[in-house]
Amino acid sequence: MMKIVDYVEIEGRSIGYWVLLAILGAGAAAGLGASYYMEHHGHWVTGMSNQIVWGTPHVFAVFLIVAASGALNVASIASVFNRVMYKPLSRFSGLLAIALLIGGLAVLVLDLGRPDRLVVAMTSYNFKSIFTWNIFLYTGFVVIVAAYLWMMMERRMNRYSKPVGMFAFVWRLALTTGTGSIFGFLVARQAFDAAVMGPMFVVMSFSYGLAFFILLLMWTYHMSGRTLGDAILLRLKNLLGVFIAGVLYFVLAYHLTNLYAAEHRGVEQFILVSGGIYTQAFWIGVVMLGSIVPFLIFHLPSTEKSRLGIAVGSVLVILGGIAHIFVIIVGGQAYPLVIFPGKEIIESSFFDGQVASYAPSLPEVILGVSGIAIALLLVSIAIKVLRFLPDSLADDVVFSVGSDAVLGEEEKAAASSAGA
Amino acid sequence: MSDNLTSVKQSKLTVSSNNVDRRGFLSSVSAIAAVTVAPGVALVGFAEARSVDKEPVTDARRWGMLIDSSRCVRGCDACVSACGKENGLASYSRPQTDVQWVRKVTVRDTRTRRITSLPVMCQHCQDPPCVDVCPTGASFRRTDGIVLVDRHICIGCRYCMMACPYKARSFAHESANNQKSHAPRGKGTVEACTFCVHRVDENSDRTPACVEACAAQGHGAMVFGDLNDPNSQLSKDLDKYSSTELRGDMGLNPGVRYRNI
Repeated sequence: MMKIVDYVEIEGRSIGYWVLLAILGAGAAAGLGASYYMEHHGHWVTGMSNQIVWGTPHVFAVFLIVAASGALNVASIASVFNRVMYKPLSRFSGLLAIALLIGGLAVLVLDLGRPDRLVVAMTSYNFKSIFTWNIFLYTGFVVIVAAYLWMMMERRMNRYSKPVGMFAFVWRLALTTGTGSIFGFLVARQAFDAAVMGPMFVVMSFSYGLAFFILLLMWTYHMSGRTLGDAILLRLKNLLGVFIAGVLYFVLAYHLTNLYAAEHRGVEQFILVSGGIYTQAFWIGVVMLGSIVPFLIFHLPSTEKSRLGIAVGSVLVILGGIAHIFVIIVGGQAYPLVIFPGKEIIESSFFDGQVASYAPSLPEVILGVSGIAIALLLVSIAIKVLRFLPDSLADDVVFSVGSDAVLGEEEKAAASSAGA
Repeated sequence: MSDNLTSVKQSKLTVSSNNVDRRGFLSSVSAIAAVTVAPGVALVGFAEARSVDKEPVTDARRWGMLIDSSRCVRGCDACVSACGKENGLASYSRPQTDVQWVRKVTVRDTRTRRITSLPVMCQHCQDPPCVDVCPTGASFRRTDGIVLVDRHICIGCRYCMMACPYKARSFAHESANNQKSHAPRGKGTVEACTFCVHRVDENSDRTPACVEACAAQGHGAMVFGDLNDPNSQLSKDLDKYSSTELRGDMGLNPGVRYRNI
C-alpha cells in the first residue's frame, strides 16, 4: 500500500537554529565586505594578478555552480528515470540546486572588476561568448527549477512535474556543459582547449552535487530529529561511488589525451609531476582524498554501511572537488602561455615563460567561502518556511512509496526485512 | 497637545504655500530643468561637433605592423617607455599587477641557441579570441583592424585575458591617476595596446608612440601602416621579406607580424 509522504517544515525555534542562521548570515555579510574591500582598493590587494587572472573566488564560484546542477540529480532520477523511491527527496534536491547556484553566482558577480555593472551584463550581450550563453543558462535554471518545485509542491500542478522535470534535466546538462566549456573553449591555453571539459564537468557535477545533497540531508535529518532510513542513504552512497569513478575516468581520458600530444607534454609534466602545490592538489587532493579514499570508504565491508563513513566520504568528495577545480582553474593559468614554441624565454618584464605564483589573500578566501554560506543560508530559511522535507525517510516510508515495479529482488528483500 | 502640533504644521504649510505662487513655482521648475538638462544637451552638441569632421572608420584600411627582431636591441625598452608615457600608464612598482600594454621579451632557440629580442603587444587579430569570449561586447574589433576595449561596458570579468594567446591584456588593478584624455582608463576594467588609435584617427600618417620611439632610437625595428595599401612601406616590406605570426597555428590572422625571430 502506498503511504502518503508528509512534507513538513522544520520547526526552527531552537537556539541552535538561530545561531546557525546568525553564523551563515555573518558569513554572507563577510563576503560582501570582502568584495567591497577588493573593489574599493582594486584587485591588487588580492593574490590575483595579470598572470593568475582568476583565483580563489572563481574556484568556489565554479565549484558551487557545478555542484548546483548536480544537486538536482536526485529529483531527475525520480521524475525522469521513474525511480519513485527518490521522489520524497525531489523537493529538497531542487531547493539545494537553486541555493548552490545563487551562492556561486553571487561570488562570481562580487569578484567582477565592476560588479556595479551587473545590469550591463544583463542588457548588453555578445552571443558568440560562452559567458553570455551561461548568463541565460544560469538564470533560466533558477526559473525552471523554481517552476519544477511549484509543480511538485502544488497538488493541482503535480501532473506537470514530469515534463517540467525532464526539461530541467536537459537544461542542467546544457548548463554544466556550458560551465565546462568556459574552459574547453579557451583555445589559447595549454591546459584548457579540450572538448572533454564539457562532459567532464557534467560528471563532476553529478559527484559534487550528490555529495552536498547527502551531507545536507543527513545533517538536516539529524538536527531536526527526523528518521533517515538506511535504504535511501545507502543507495545514494552507492550512486556517489559510481560518480566518483566516473570523474576519475574523465580525468584519465583528459590527461592521457594530453600526454599523447607532444605539444601538451609540458603542461602535463607541470600538473602531474613538477607543479608543486598543483601537483600535490592533484594527486593528494583530487585522486587520493577526493576519489580513492571515499570510494574505499563506500565499498569496504567494514565501513560501507557506516553513517560516519558516508558523511566523511561525502566531505572528502567536496574537498576533492574544490581541489579539482583549483587544479583546473589556477593550475591551468600558472603554466605559462606558449607564445614561442621551440624557444625558451630568457628575459621578460611580464613574466612570460615563467610559472606564475599565486597566494590567495584573505578577502578572496572569505568571498569564496561566503558563497557556501549564502547557499546554506537560503536552504536553512527555505526549509523553515516551506515544506521541502518529508517528516520521515524511514525505510518503510521510502519503500512503500517506491512501487514493486521499480524495486529489484534485493531491495524487496531489504524492504521486507526493514518492515519486519 | 496633538491638536497644537497639527495646527503648527498646518500653519507652516499655509505659509509655505503662500510664499510660492504658481508663477514662482513654474519659474523654479524651468530653472531647475535648464540647469539639469542643459549640460546634457551641450554634451550631445559637442559629441556631434566632434564627430562631424570625422569619416566613420571603414574596412578600406587595415592597420598592421611588422617588427624586425634583428633590429630590435636587447636591453632597449624605448617602445615600452614611450607607450607608458603616451597612454599615461603609471607603474606602482608592483610588477605582478602593473599594466603593460607592450613588453620586451628575449627568447633563445632551444636548438640553435640563437637569441632574439622583440616587443610583444596586442596583435590586433582578424579573428580575436578576446572579442569572441567577451560577454558584453566590450571587447571589439574596429573594421580597420584595431582591437579595443569599450571601458564603459567592460564588467571586469577578465575572460578576455584568459582567452588571449599573447597575454596582451592587463587588468587595471588599481585607480588610474594622471590619465590622458585620449586614453581614458578605469579601475576594474581590462585594457591593452590600442595601436595609439587616437593618433591614427587624428592623422592616418601618424604612427603609434612605440614605433616613433623605436625610430627615434635609430633602430627602426617597427614599421606601422596600412596592410590594405600596396604602396605602404608595411606592404612593401611584407612583400620583400618573409615574416611570421606569433601562434600562427591558431589561424587568427594577427595584424602584427615579425621578421627574424
